[in-house]
Amino acid sequence: MTMLPPHPSSPRTRWRNPLLWLAAALVAGLLWLLASGMGRDPRELPSMLVGKPFPAFDLPGMKPPAVRRTEQTLRGAPHLVNVWASWCVACKAEHPLLMALSAELAARGLNERLWGVNYKDTPGAAATWLQRGGDPYVDSVVDAQGRLGIELGIYGVPETFVTDASGTVLFRHAGPLTTDIIRDRILPLLVGTP
Amino acid sequence: MTRSPTFHRLAGWRAIAAATLLCLTAQLSCAADAVDPDRFHALTQELRCVVCQNESLADSNAAIALDLKREIREQMAAGKSDADIRQFLIARYGNFITYRPPADASTLLLWAGPALLAMLAGLLLWRLHRSSQPSQPLVPIDAAPREDTHAQHDT
Repeated sequence: MTMLPPHPSSPRTRWRNPLLWLAAALVAGLLWLLASGMGRDPRELPSMLVGKPFPAFDLPGMKPPAVRRTEQTLRGAPHLVNVWASWCVACKAEHPLLMALSAELAARGLNERLWGVNYKDTPGAAATWLQRGGDPYVDSVVDAQGRLGIELGIYGVPETFVTDASGTVLFRHAGPLTTDIIRDRILPLLVGTP
Repeated sequence: MTRSPTFHRLAGWRAIAAATLLCLTAQLSCAADAVDPDRFHALTQELRCVVCQNESLADSNAAIALDLKREIREQMAAGKSDADIRQFLIARYGNFITYRPPADASTLLLWAGPALLAMLAGLLLWRLHRSSQPSQPLVPIDAAPREDTHAQHDT
């Protein structure tokens, strides 16, 4: 007695099933999602501060007479705040760019736009560092214990923030600045062209 | 025993030194008492070191990690709850800092995704298995012709 073979599931009949199409679409979508992340650096964290006010602080400046500075300093015009330290090797790389930016802004009549945060440093080493490389900042506030750093959500040095006239953070870059970033992202914000 | 005049002269400094030492040790032990080490360890185990991203905050000795742990210790001593502290850190570092991101609209895909995919896969497999089975029960093909012949024969 011979038996009928079971009804074959050929590729043609299988692909008539809408669920298979749905599954295929999901797999394709998932692959796309995963592939799109391949170019990104997993160590980079997006800044939580963008769109929020620059955190409040009350710290002494470096330049004598070491005036107490607060976040109010950043109001009234766009500013750049650069977190640096004399022990930070990468800061050395970006320092000439900050000097150039300071000169560029001064040439456009925009003074007092660059501020520094001297992060977890010693006064002597910090002062020497600025003497050697030049001081592009109006002043640097001394964050000796790193508390402003925590408020800023920094996870390394250097980090750079750009604020608008209301003191809201517009942009954050972690790591040393490059000419491209300054030209394309930072300068337009500081000069005021959106 | 007779003490030298110098010894007596320095008595004031000795008193200050002793008092300072006492104050320091008292403060240190007070701070340690105010923070439950088990609670501290449990919380910092759940948090990621933002620099050494494969380590928990508890295990990491990176500078930022030590700073954050100091901050957490101070907040605990000040009476903040675990939820307050977590919120403080997430507000500054994002969901990435916690090993247990909150289940809200932005993390919906993260939490629901695997389960959804598994369910869909299961459904698909079941449907495919069903469609590959014959829709009628198997019939031996010899039986039908034999019955016909039989009937014809009878008439």
